Amino acid sequence: MNLAIIGIGKVHQIMNLGSENLFMKALKTTIPVFFGYIPLGMAFGFLLAGAGYHWIYALVMSIFIYTGAGQFIAVTLLAAGAQFIEFATVTLLINLRHSFYGLSLLEKFSGVGKVKPYLIFALTDETYALLTTTQVPEGASKARFYFYISVLDHIYWITGSVLGAVLGSMLNLNLEGMTFVLAALFVVLTIEQYYASRARFPFIAAIFAGILSLMLFNPDNMLLLSIIIGTLILIAHEKTIKDKAPPGDKQ
Amino acid sequence: MSDTIYMLVVIGTVAFATFITRALPFVFFISREPPKFLLTIEKNLPPMILMLLLIYCLKDVQWLQFPYGAPELFTIASVTALHVWKRNAMLSIFSGTGLYMLLVQLNIFSIFVGIYP
Repeated sequence: MNLAIIGIGKVHQIMNLGSENLFMKALKTTIPVFFGYIPLGMAFGFLLAGAGYHWIYALVMSIFIYTGAGQFIAVTLLAAGAQFIEFATVTLLINLRHSFYGLSLLEKFSGVGKVKPYLIFALTDETYALLTTTQVPEGASKARFYFYISVLDHIYWITGSVLGAVLGSMLNLNLEGMTFVLAALFVVLTIEQYYASRARFPFIAAIFAGILSLMLFNPDNMLLLSIIIGTLILIAHEKTIKDKAPPGDKQ
Repeated sequence: MSDTIYMLVVIGTVAFATFITRALPFVFFISREPPKFLLTIEKNLPPMILMLLLIYCLKDVQWLQFPYGAPELFTIASVTALHVWKRNAMLSIFSGTGLYMLLVQLNIFSIFVGIYP
């Protein structure tokens, strides 16, 4: 299948993709993230500026921390005058879900060379979603394509947060609902995942784990807990298949 | 401690903690083989996580209060239908977002229950 990249209606037959061309492909792939990260980053910038911090801190935080939920919570902790140990533990817990992302990227990230540390650093929810769903164009460098996607998303986030911090409340745009672009992106990528693998069970596991977590846990830690529950379901399911089917005959 | 130093230490702490969560699996499996069960579920993790990220987007919906999550569910259903039909990612994502913004900004669902904004 040569459905090179989602985000482009037509399928292009590309044999030798120049780096400029590849960059344009990455740019197109990341457009939905642009429209999600700009308002979301701005919301973070507003919040930080509202707490009385200079915009330069929005810049530094978005460059070096680069995590949505984590940065919002950091502002809350700053306002509460938290201890360093609290910043560390809260951030670890909030972002522990990223460890599960890496688990499914061990193979994809092998052989990407010197950009690997940066790809790992820049692994946000949305970048993970794009990297696991988008096919690297035929004949193109995987390392370069992944790097373009990661760095573009990072730039959008930095730009949004600085814009928000600088503009503060000067701007009165009605952007209500715009961050739903990320939900729409996840809908599309989830469907693409289904077309790629045709496996139904991961979705059943996710719906069960997700709804259970929505009901039982508070919004701040439901994502991590739902991923843990879902992963346990996947492991249990894999074990039962293996027990039932003769070796070498499992789906 | 001056405010600037305090702030920089905070940023360094949060940045380091975040990086650890992302690097953990790569560092852990640098010299050892990932366990068997991991290899078998590895391909099922991305679809499951994407679906969970979508569900996570609904975490702040008030299901028991008007409009009972109707804008979110209606938009997700529309994006799904449109994407299965046309399979054009940009079209699905942006018409879905536009639809959602309209639904919440104009409070469309209030018309159906007779509550006018």
